[in-house]
Amino acid sequence: MRYLPLTQADRQAMLDRIGAASIDDLFVDVPADARLPGLIEGLPLHASEMSVERHMAALARRNISADATPFFLGAGAYRHHVPASVDHLIQRGEFLTAYTPYQPEIAQGTLQVLFEFQTQVAKLLGCDVANASMYDGSTACWEAICMARRITKRGKALLSSGLHPHYVNVAKTMAKFTGDELVYQAPSLDVAGDADVLTDAIGKDVSCVVVQYPDILGRIGDLSVLADKAHEAGALLIAVVTEPLALGAIKAPGEMGADIVVGEGQSIGVGLQFGGPYLGLFATRHKYVRQMPGRLCGETVDSEGKRGFVLTLSTREQHIRREKATSNICTNSGLCALAFSIHMTLLGEKGLRDLAMLNHKRAVQVAEKLATIPGISLLNDAFFNEFTVILPKDARQVVRDLADRGVLAGVSLGRLFPDETALARGLVIAVTEMVTDEDIDALIAGLKEVLA
Amino acid sequence: MTINQSGWRPEANADLAALQAMPATVTGNRGLMLEEALIFEIGATDRTGVDIATAPDVPSHLGGLSRDAAIGLPGLSEQETVRHYTRLSRQNYAIDLGLFPLGSCTMKHNPRLNEKVARMPGFADIHPLQPVGTVQGALAVIYELAEWLKALTGMAAVAMSPKAGAHGELCGLLSIRAALEARGDARKVILVPESAHGTNPATAAFCGYAVENIPATADGRVDLAALKARLGPDVAAVMVTNPNTCGLFERDMKNIADAVHAAGAFVYCDGANFNAIVGRVRPGDLGVDAMHINLHKTFSTPHGGGGPGSGPVVLSEALAPYAPLPVVKKQDDGSFLLVEEETAGDHHADGFGRMVAFHGQMGMFTRALAYILSHGADGLRQVAEDAVLNANYLLRSLDDLLDAPFGASGPCMHEALFSDADHGNGGLAEGFTTLDVAKGLIDEGYHPMTVYFPLVVHGAMLIEPTETESKAALDQFILALRNVAQRAKAGDEMLKGAPWYTPRRRLDETLAARKPVLVWEANTAAS
Repeated sequence: MRYLPLTQADRQAMLDRIGAASIDDLFVDVPADARLPGLIEGLPLHASEMSVERHMAALARRNISADATPFFLGAGAYRHHVPASVDHLIQRGEFLTAYTPYQPEIAQGTLQVLFEFQTQVAKLLGCDVANASMYDGSTACWEAICMARRITKRGKALLSSGLHPHYVNVAKTMAKFTGDELVYQAPSLDVAGDADVLTDAIGKDVSCVVVQYPDILGRIGDLSVLADKAHEAGALLIAVVTEPLALGAIKAPGEMGADIVVGEGQSIGVGLQFGGPYLGLFATRHKYVRQMPGRLCGETVDSEGKRGFVLTLSTREQHIRREKATSNICTNSGLCALAFSIHMTLLGEKGLRDLAMLNHKRAVQVAEKLATIPGISLLNDAFFNEFTVILPKDARQVVRDLADRGVLAGVSLGRLFPDETALARGLVIAVTEMVTDEDIDALIAGLKEVLA
Repeated sequence: MTINQSGWRPEANADLAALQAMPATVTGNRGLMLEEALIFEIGATDRTGVDIATAPDVPSHLGGLSRDAAIGLPGLSEQETVRHYTRLSRQNYAIDLGLFPLGSCTMKHNPRLNEKVARMPGFADIHPLQPVGTVQGALAVIYELAEWLKALTGMAAVAMSPKAGAHGELCGLLSIRAALEARGDARKVILVPESAHGTNPATAAFCGYAVENIPATADGRVDLAALKARLGPDVAAVMVTNPNTCGLFERDMKNIADAVHAAGAFVYCDGANFNAIVGRVRPGDLGVDAMHINLHKTFSTPHGGGGPGSGPVVLSEALAPYAPLPVVKKQDDGSFLLVEEETAGDHHADGFGRMVAFHGQMGMFTRALAYILSHGADGLRQVAEDAVLNANYLLRSLDDLLDAPFGASGPCMHEALFSDADHGNGGLAEGFTTLDVAKGLIDEGYHPMTVYFPLVVHGAMLIEPTETESKAALDQFILALRNVAQRAKAGDEMLKGAPWYTPRRRLDETLAARKPVLVWEANTAAS
């Protein structure tokens, strides 16, 4: 077997050194009736690299990939161009096959990257500090709610109707077990979000208000007033960003008073990958650092006085604090954080702003064109690269019909909110720099045909 | 697996004459050992490595929210970017460079076929919310991997979405909690052995349980009598790691499971060490109700400097109905159904909810499946055998020199555990610690073993070679470790200064924690 270097002679020599007659002697601690005498039945035997590659390629061909079709999906995962150097660099074995940097003298590469990543994320989200990443946006969002509970010692969180329904469901699932009270209702097809409703609901028992920006329908609104109201009541404002590229064009939540900003970092450097692995972003104010979950990298010096980096403030973490830790998280999304950081470095502020404006303007173009189709109306007055249109019929069927015509038209609100019949005609459309003029023409022609 | 908990901080220890005699360089570089500044020090906000098309000339609809203030994100050209990260990469140790014997972390070879497969556009460039008719191949991967995991563990079902091992623990405990609640049984206590990974108690607490420790026996296993004595109507589950964190198989596993089940509770198994038994033992045959599988350990997906992981959880018949969404089912016509909230009522009504947006770590599923198919049933059994053989070879090649606290109790599984104690022929010299041994190994060109974990052993050194190391590689590592251990026993002062040959010497962790500098700020850099 190509990954196993021991020869039969090696194995025998090693058994001799150990003083064991056979391999079976090394498994004597396993109860006799639980030892499998031979191979598990019904499973295939080992296979060559070529045959495995063929098998996997055949499975891959059964999917319609975004590069093969006009593609307009977003709703928490975005298709952007990832420069070739990003994937080249993350495949360097020294990054790819390293472990968590527990021995800092031989992990300065990973550690410096994490320090740079933390700084990039903090600046992008408009916060003081960021951690070394979480699993994804949805779990980062729940961790933020838990952190707000620890800080405020209150157990009631207000979730905006604009929050991604998967994120809501993750929080609801966890809250069933932790006893947190969550207040949430599904969105309605209004041009404005629910900031007024949230503001009225903030009381002295509320730990935090959780708002998505841009929200699940693509709407954007100023968070400052909500932040002020939350702070007046002693609550925190948590902002959730599922499309961080937006922050190259619109104000960062931290600038508008958000206390914790979490996000899904996938859209910068990571790629779609059917939903994972992705990259949870987590940033906050200096004063809350010790309540943060997740790994943190910090600057220090070595015994010669040279600058270096280490994992730090680990007394918050499970391997030291065990059941008293701020979270049970033990990994981060290290390699995805590296990809994000490299892509962000390639962009720089100028590239980020240019790319964000390109996305926005392309989206405006598409929105204007769609609005001219009879029966289609545009929900949003303000948006970044994603908006909602209201169709004359059920959007799920329209999406399926367009898929049959080779166009992946967007995410229907029926897919996201299957119980909300009032949303059934909504379609969320994302437009990135990857969308070509031909793609736009295909979408428009397809919609006209399906709606005719 | 664990980090420096010794509280050590560097003193201005005499940097020995040998090093002082080395000529300084004006750049700070030393030949191929290249210094690299931060992007914030070398980049500029108006420099970029990406050419972006001109935006169409249409009005903005940003609702008056334009980000006008400077953000402060530096850019680099492509060449500078490639050089920055390539130079940084060279400051890392990695499996690709050499043996990486971190106990419990399972640093085995990462086959490059897996990387190639994960990057096929049909896997890498598909959106999680595409119509299910357009992603049947992706669902097939999830289904096929799930079938393998069930067969290899002898379990009824598997929840694929957990993002990492600790997230899988959470999934298992929530499944247990849901099953208990379904029978109206609000138990509030989880029992955890002293030697458990820190994630176990943290996870139990994270989902609202009280955590109680169970002691270990002198031979490093769960104390069955103590466990039985504690079991009662308030205990929801016992979390057992098997093989455990001392590298030992829990001989009483079936008795533990029987006792736990008799008390109306469930058995959670931390499957971090499944690589030791894959193909030889099925946890389902031992009475396990739930177990996470770290795809990044047993099934070789890369650790990537700390993640991403992937932690599917296999479940027993009793827990299967409570698995979280989404669930992939194969239909009679051979197509695959993705069961989410909408269709849960028809296909998976009792699931405890949703743990993540979307469907889990697809990029890890493709890699793990490619690894599993490459090995097949025969190769996977060989994986466990070689992993255990390699660990026992290390154990018996070092136990004359280092104290192996459980060495007398029989063979180890996939990792060999040593302590810093004197076992009759002299312990480490006064003032010398496990940390010094670890740092000495770095100078010999190795990543150290896991140190100071498990906590039940003083000055623990937990060595996991994995099955992908050759005998020659093990022999050289043994030679190096014996040499370093002998120096620690002899009180070689040079060892206190180790590592000497790394880009950075011992780092001041106390300073980092006392005055946290977590982001770069102009003019506040420490040097």
